[in-house]
Amino acid sequence: MNNNEYEKYYVPSQSPWPIVGAIGLFCIAFGAGNYVNDIKNQVTGFGGYLLFAGMAITIFMLVGWFRNVIDESMSGKYSKQLDRSFRQGMSWFIFSEVMFFGAFFGALLYARVFSVPWLGGASNNAMTHEVLWPAFEAIWPLTKTPSGTVTEAMGWNGLPLINTIILLISSITCHFAHVGLEQNKRKQLKWGLGLTVLLGCIFLFLQVEEYTHAYQEMGLMLSSGMYGNTFYLLTGFHGLHVTLGTIMLFIMFLRIVIKDHFTPENSFGFQAASWYWHFVDVVWVCLFIFVYII
Amino acid sequence: MSTKNLNADNHVEEHHGAPSGIMRWLLTTNHKDIGSLYLLFSLLMFFIGGAMAMVIRAELFQPGLQIVEPDFFNQMTTVHGLIMVFGAVMPAFVGLANWMVPMMIGAPDMALPRMNNWSFWILPFAFLILLMSLFMEGGGPNFGWTFYAPLSTTYSNDSTALFVFSVHIMGISSIMGAINVIVTIFNLRAPGMTFMKMPLFVWTWLITAFLLIAVMPVLAGAVTMVLTDKYFATSFFNAAGGGDPVMFQHIFWFFGHPEVYIMILPAFGIISQIVPTFSRKKLFGYSSMVYATASIALLSFLVWAHHMFTTGMPLAGELFFMYCTMLISVPTGVKIFNWVATMWRGSLTFEVPMMFSIAFIVLFTIGGFSGLMLAITPADFQYHDTYFVVAHFHYVLVTGAIFSIMAGAYYWLPKWTGNMFDEKLAKTHFWLSLVSVNVLFFPMHFVGLAGMPRRIPDYALQFADFNAVISIGGFAFGLSQLLFVAVVYKCIKGGEKATAQVWEGAEGLEWEVPSPAPYHTFETPPTIK
Repeated sequence: MNNNEYEKYYVPSQSPWPIVGAIGLFCIAFGAGNYVNDIKNQVTGFGGYLLFAGMAITIFMLVGWFRNVIDESMSGKYSKQLDRSFRQGMSWFIFSEVMFFGAFFGALLYARVFSVPWLGGASNNAMTHEVLWPAFEAIWPLTKTPSGTVTEAMGWNGLPLINTIILLISSITCHFAHVGLEQNKRKQLKWGLGLTVLLGCIFLFLQVEEYTHAYQEMGLMLSSGMYGNTFYLLTGFHGLHVTLGTIMLFIMFLRIVIKDHFTPENSFGFQAASWYWHFVDVVWVCLFIFVYII
Repeated sequence: MSTKNLNADNHVEEHHGAPSGIMRWLLTTNHKDIGSLYLLFSLLMFFIGGAMAMVIRAELFQPGLQIVEPDFFNQMTTVHGLIMVFGAVMPAFVGLANWMVPMMIGAPDMALPRMNNWSFWILPFAFLILLMSLFMEGGGPNFGWTFYAPLSTTYSNDSTALFVFSVHIMGISSIMGAINVIVTIFNLRAPGMTFMKMPLFVWTWLITAFLLIAVMPVLAGAVTMVLTDKYFATSFFNAAGGGDPVMFQHIFWFFGHPEVYIMILPAFGIISQIVPTFSRKKLFGYSSMVYATASIALLSFLVWAHHMFTTGMPLAGELFFMYCTMLISVPTGVKIFNWVATMWRGSLTFEVPMMFSIAFIVLFTIGGFSGLMLAITPADFQYHDTYFVVAHFHYVLVTGAIFSIMAGAYYWLPKWTGNMFDEKLAKTHFWLSLVSVNVLFFPMHFVGLAGMPRRIPDYALQFADFNAVISIGGFAFGLSQLLFVAVVYKCIKGGEKATAQVWEGAEGLEWEVPSPAPYHTFETPPTIK
């Protein structure tokens, strides 16, 4: 085995960023914890301020940390082996994200296959139905909850379909950019990536439109029972991931356009962002099928 | 196994030794520093969680309510569980992994050293938030460490939000730690260190890390749903909105069951390192150990509902989860037999790590057997939520996980500090722990079978005698652990110098570097032949 590739594994000396990040995360968690209580108890407290301070510290940390990593990478301190570490780390991170969405998809399937039919008397639950909510009808989308909250179901054609097409195209443009990077066609890379970022922004804009429409005209709210719960948490967490992915891709775009970073051999940052983008796209396809269509 | 390039001294000009002062610990990227931080943090949490257990046992010393209010009792059982699981056992294993995995596979450090620091330093903050919540108006979390809905949603107090966010941080820490371990093992093995040459501790941690990455996000999902149910009017766990409180249990235990293997697989790894050393034989059935560990991990995803036999699942579900659960005893049995076969006709000596390991094998097996009893659905209808369950999981977690951590700590302390520990004091610690832990947990089987419910501050008079005995065992076990602190402290301060190999029968890369291990172990990787 070639020993050379092992000789340069770069172990950074001390770094201030992790502890800054730990303090940031502490402020976010403690702030958010107090903030939701403040909202619930309708008082004004320090929670919200602490939450925003924590976010500011965390963004500061991310900028500083990534600057360090980019500087080290550009000055050639990294080996192929370290590049593999980054790639594997990113893949496992995406796997953990898959499992996070899995929990919410699991809740959706459980509601549709078990809890809603059971409340309607399915399986051996005739008495449950009779005693608890005899007027309840088990249908999905759950437009009328057992306790009587009424809402409307979001159709799949219209905005959701347009958004699906937008995200699918953005995955293609992202891949197009990647091919451009690998073949050293910088123009193709820039155009592909720029288009992807643009499509991501359009997706987010339309998502906000959809939410507004749902809240103001359809009465579909987070509190509208199991249908609204799963709808908003799944699409909402997906939207947050699209936001994060768009920001990542936009930073890659800036690095390419302004600093001319990335070569076919040294492209981890770009690839990580593009993997993340494809992951977000796949989640959306699952969402479109399970939340909107079926 | 032989190595070259072990001497790190000729690289001193590149990497200086450890920096000094508090900043060394706050800013460190060194796997040994971070390992030490994890281990010391877990020791501190072990005593805080232990103090809560003492409160519980003091209250249960006699029937009636004497010392604490029932609500505070509930907070103690809840936070005791959370601290011991997420604050004591898991960080201890991550600390051992940080220290030992890079040394065992010939890596220069962990694969992502800065993230390693981050995953440690967010932990103290998570537990700070959790402990602070105890002092809130209305009290801390009181719904049990399993935070079943609707206890944690409809009926919980304001501390729930802090609980949720502190669990989020613990999860982030675990996921990052696991990613680091898994990438280190996949990518930083020295040339020649093939997968089937890896020490078993490395193997078990590889599989544990996979479990962590797979299930900690599910826990994050569960606490998120609890948060939105409580604060944002969703009804995931509320039938009035079409949800189901039982769904909480499914999601929680889909995390929770792999979680209990997360707390025992590294223990298997530690025991598989120690038993061969003091038997002066190779581990019996190395590859079967690897496959058994992998099988346990896979099965762990298929058994979650055995925690929920009494929730009224369909019969097919009850049977499926019962048989899958019983199936786990096969690979676990393989492990027990392999350890025994390793000792068979070995030239055994009984140093402290070996004593803890043998105690582990015997007592963990008892916990395994009571687990088999609980796995039988109709029998579980009787045992569910009794002290029998408490006895079961404390046998696998205290005499299992904690004993293995003690064994590992004694095994590697000379390698960490360069000094031998006070063997007499350590043996006293072992014997006191062994006797008191059984006085503490064994009678719980009896009161449990007789019907004493868990998580209740008061009990019927017929349980009084056993509970007094249990409490005495508890106080004795708690106090005995102070001896461990004394041993560790004395060992760090000084003592007889340890050799590189430390133990006569020890084999592996970590025993070929000097004791204490140099700050940077392998600047260039050793070659394993």
